[in-house]
Amino acid sequence: MLRHLDEELKELHKDILRMAVFAQESIFKSIESLKNRDKYLAQDVINTDKKIDDLELAIDEKCIDLIALYQPMAGDLRYIATGMKINAELERIADIAVDIAQRSLELMEKPLLKPLVDIPKLSQVSQDMVRDAIDAFIKRDAQLARKVVLADAQADRLRNLVQDELINEYLARDPKTAERAVALLLIARYLERICDHTTNIAEDVIYMVEAKVVKHHPEELE
Amino acid sequence: MADIKVDNLNLWYGDFQALINVKAHFGERKITAMIGPSGCGKSTLLRVFNRMNDLIEGVRVKGEVVIDAENIVSDKTDLVQLRKKVGMVFQRPNPFPLSIYENIVFGQKVHSEGLNRAKLDEIVEDSLKSVLLWDELKDKLKKSALSLSLEQKQRLCVARLIAVRPEILLMDEPCSTLDPQATSRIEELMRELKNNYTIIIVTHNMQQAARVSDDTGFMLLGELVEFGKTQDIFTSPKDKRTEDYITGRYG
Repeated sequence: MLRHLDEELKELHKDILRMAVFAQESIFKSIESLKNRDKYLAQDVINTDKKIDDLELAIDEKCIDLIALYQPMAGDLRYIATGMKINAELERIADIAVDIAQRSLELMEKPLLKPLVDIPKLSQVSQDMVRDAIDAFIKRDAQLARKVVLADAQADRLRNLVQDELINEYLARDPKTAERAVALLLIARYLERICDHTTNIAEDVIYMVEAKVVKHHPEELE
Repeated sequence: MADIKVDNLNLWYGDFQALINVKAHFGERKITAMIGPSGCGKSTLLRVFNRMNDLIEGVRVKGEVVIDAENIVSDKTDLVQLRKKVGMVFQRPNPFPLSIYENIVFGQKVHSEGLNRAKLDEIVEDSLKSVLLWDELKDKLKKSALSLSLEQKQRLCVARLIAVRPEILLMDEPCSTLDPQATSRIEELMRELKNNYTIIIVTHNMQQAARVSDDTGFMLLGELVEFGKTQDIFTSPKDKRTEDYITGRYG
């Protein structure tokens, strides 16, 4: 039996996917702007943020309306609750992309500190994680979501690599590099934060599909 | 105080089997909600607990329903005693066409003869207090119970049960004729009563089941499909049929 709520949930799903596309594009563009020293791409990320904020509010309102009007239960309730949380995580991810774009604009004004090697790798990990987490949400695939949660360790490892190199090779040796080294350190930290938010999305997807809480319960991942 | 243990319970109305191998444990001092589509057997199950089905011709019951170490399905069960222990509140409040006072002491007069007036007064006061009607009605005890509002009538029916000191209260859609405010007050009353009684409520109102009960059972075509903590049933039911019913996909 097709219910009116199903139509509403389809609309909500579309909006969350639009939000996900926005967030993914923002990360991609912010990193491309850093790699290619592209001012326009960085500015584009900053300008798009308002649109993403508005969509976040619209999705939130939609979820509250659905809860108030339909009093959803079981799978429907888990879907809407998860949708609200994913919405907030995606908005945070887009905000972090803005931070990256701002650091990228600052770095453009100065000579290149070093060729970027590990930051693009870390950015690739974060983009893959976001893509898989969203795929897991679309396909209601808890196994894929588990894979995302486990991938977070790789992001932490890469962040540490970047951090060690910047501190030992630049900050400790030459104070003149400090401004640029700190900007790169921050970017590594931002990317790692994106992975943390993505891990939250994946954990929420596992709850949505299996009604199992794995957040703060790593043993439940097995 | 009593719990109810149901095991392998089957019930037939003539050739039609209305309950199929029902097994469940209704915990004491808990509210258990029974949900399911019309005709699923939930009211039939409720009526097994105080043998109300005996009044229907052609009913056959097999299995165990244990209350206070006694299988109440057995022929030897003393029905007057059972119905004193297990009281029922119906969909439409059904006070007797007597005064408020007489409604409450009616059961006492059946179950224990020769109580003096002072004792009866005490029972009336206690019973009305426990359904939070005493302050409203203490000066109107001689008035006809039929003059009360629907909600007051329903409370009075609960008070009438409480007067005979039951252990279990069965409620069959007790709020279906009440407006939302009265419903919410009866639900509050149920929460109060839970401290002293084992309550089983049959309801079509899913939100009500979710709000008031500790445990929930979902029935379909005579079977108890799923039984568990209310929180689990309404957020993560294990059986797809339960999920389909509570999310409105059934049918």
